[in-house]
Amino acid sequence: MPTTHDVLFRTLADPTRRAIFERLCREGEQTVGALTARSGVSQPAVSKHLGVLKQARLVRDRHEGRQTHYSAQLGALAPLMDWTSQMAGFWQSRFDDLEDLLKRMDQ
Amino acid sequence: MNQPATETLSVIVEREVPFPPEKIWRALTQPHLIEEWLMKNDFKPAVDHRFNLRGDWGTVDCQVLAVEPNKTLSYTWGAMGLESVVTWTLTPTNTGTHLRMEQSGFTRDQPQNYQGAKFGWQKFFANLEQILARAD
Repeated sequence: MPTTHDVLFRTLADPTRRAIFERLCREGEQTVGALTARSGVSQPAVSKHLGVLKQARLVRDRHEGRQTHYSAQLGALAPLMDWTSQMAGFWQSRFDDLEDLLKRMDQ
Repeated sequence: MNQPATETLSVIVEREVPFPPEKIWRALTQPHLIEEWLMKNDFKPAVDHRFNLRGDWGTVDCQVLAVEPNKTLSYTWGAMGLESVVTWTLTPTNTGTHLRMEQSGFTRDQPQNYQGAKFGWQKFFANLEQILARAD
C-alpha cells in the first residue's frame, strides 16, 4: 500500500508537474490558462498535471464563473516537513558520530 | 482554530557521554572536529560570529548566540527557510557528562509560512530531486 510519502514523491517526481506546483507556491492562486501560458506545454497537459496534484491534495480548485482557479496546499507537504521528527532523527545520528569522534580523540 | 499559530516546538536529544565536558567542548567548538560529526564549517566560539554549516544537501546559516566554555553553546540554525536555535548544555556527572541538545523555534504552521515558502522551497525541491535521483 502506498504511503503518503510515496504519493507525494511520485506526484512531485515529474519536473513539469513540480514546476506547476512550485509556481502556485510562489505566486499564489492561478487559472489553468495563466499556468499554461508560461509552462511550455499544452492546456490539456497542464490540466492533467493539475488533476494529479489535486488527487495528492497538493492543489485545490475553486470555480468562479467559467474559470477554475488553482492554489497550492502546502499543508499537504506536512508529512515531508515534519521538522520535529526529522530533526530528532538527524540529531540522534549526529550524537552517534560525536560519540565515535570522542572515542577517537586524544585527551 | 484556537491553537496559536506561533506555538513553538522543540527537539531535545540528551545523552550520558563517558567523557569530561572539556573534551566534548572541543568537539563542539573546533572546526576540524565539528566537521567530523556534523558538517564542514567556519565556526568560531565568539558571540555574534556568523558561520555556515555545509552539507552535501545544502547550507545551514548560523550565528553564535552564547558561549560559556565547557557549559553551554547556543547558535541560530537557519535552513530551508526555517529559523531555529540550537543550544548545547554540558553538565558534569560522576561518569562523564550529561549532554543535552535542544533545537527550538519550529512552529506548527511552518509549512504554510509564506516567507518559508519563498526562501526555502526551491532548495527543498532541489533536495527532493536529488533524493529521487538516488532512489532509482
